[in-house]
Amino acid sequence: MHEMGIMESTLELAERQARRAGGTRIEVLCMRVGRLTGVVPEALEHAFAALSPGTLAEGAALEVEYVPGTFLCIGCAGEFEAESMHAVCPACGEPGLGTKKGAEIQLLSLEVS
Amino acid sequence: MCIECGCGRPGRPKIDGKPAKLTFAPSDRKAPHVFAAHDHEHRTVDVHQSIFAANDRKAAENRALFESRALLVLNVVSSPGSGKTTLVQRTIERLATDVKTGVIVGDLETDNDARRLRTTGAPVVQITTGTLCHLDAEMVARAYAELPSEGLRVLVIENVGNLVCPATFDLGEGLRVALLSVTEGEDKPLKYPPLFSFAQVVVITKKDLAAACEFDREAALASIRRVNPAAKVFEVSSKTGEGMDAWCGFLRETLDGGRET
Repeated sequence: MHEMGIMESTLELAERQARRAGGTRIEVLCMRVGRLTGVVPEALEHAFAALSPGTLAEGAALEVEYVPGTFLCIGCAGEFEAESMHAVCPACGEPGLGTKKGAEIQLLSLEVS
Repeated sequence: MCIECGCGRPGRPKIDGKPAKLTFAPSDRKAPHVFAAHDHEHRTVDVHQSIFAANDRKAAENRALFESRALLVLNVVSSPGSGKTTLVQRTIERLATDVKTGVIVGDLETDNDARRLRTTGAPVVQITTGTLCHLDAEMVARAYAELPSEGLRVLVIENVGNLVCPATFDLGEGLRVALLSVTEGEDKPLKYPPLFSFAQVVVITKKDLAAACEFDREAALASIRRVNPAAKVFEVSSKTGEGMDAWCGFLRETLDGGRET
């Protein structure tokens, strides 16, 4: 169910931004989703299909850029990327401090007409 | 509604039993619109906005207000039943000699927690969220406006018991405190990492039950460290008082030395 709520908020934001830009229709909707959010790509697409009809984004293409989490290793102080918060540093095996990079859900841009 | 789990659609939060205004305007997606003919060019609109932006802005306002009043604000998060209310009660009582504490407490329904907490003499505001599974920055701002805040040095925000959604909502707190009770299993931080990894402090509660639950302390500490190596960890029993001196001492030090972030 996470994805439904996320998509509802995304569509609200997208419609507001599209109207402000004078658009009457959203053709492409680009999002960035961090892997640490636990968002399931298929579920997000399903939510878009379920919620977009009747909005300015009806029929739009959804493009999602998934980005890994970034951690600072407590052992070697190196930066490493991983797909889950359980991750350990590939160099020294120590856990890392989350940087919040990889926990974001953003609406990046819209193509409107 | 909750952008995390989709809960809360029909619910409306209440503050001390009175309906609160909706935080965000309801969706207007049913508004009719005309599909324009495609005889004009497409334009790209750069947005780059977090879908948590509205909450983050309100949280920043709260934080500035709390800092201007030198108020230490704790956002206490955990699963239901891990001992938040009892820990808050005992903490208020122990600090009461020289530090006045106020509480904002969130639940879906009932003011049972507020009534329990008021027995300490502390000012308490109850937020009932209806069906919403977490507190957000706007609800906290409204509740704080209702709280008799004169002379307060500590504000405890007892979040709705939930291990998922509260992790995402900054309330403007100075410290996020995640609780793990010994009855829950040592690997809870591994199963619900965001709640524990975005906290500065983890308090292991119900220590008096550790033996009965065959609680593996080392395994629990290892799983906390795995998702949050920087967390400050306390082990307490609110019931017997074990560990409460260290926990309350830490709060006093934090008050004296300025906020930890």
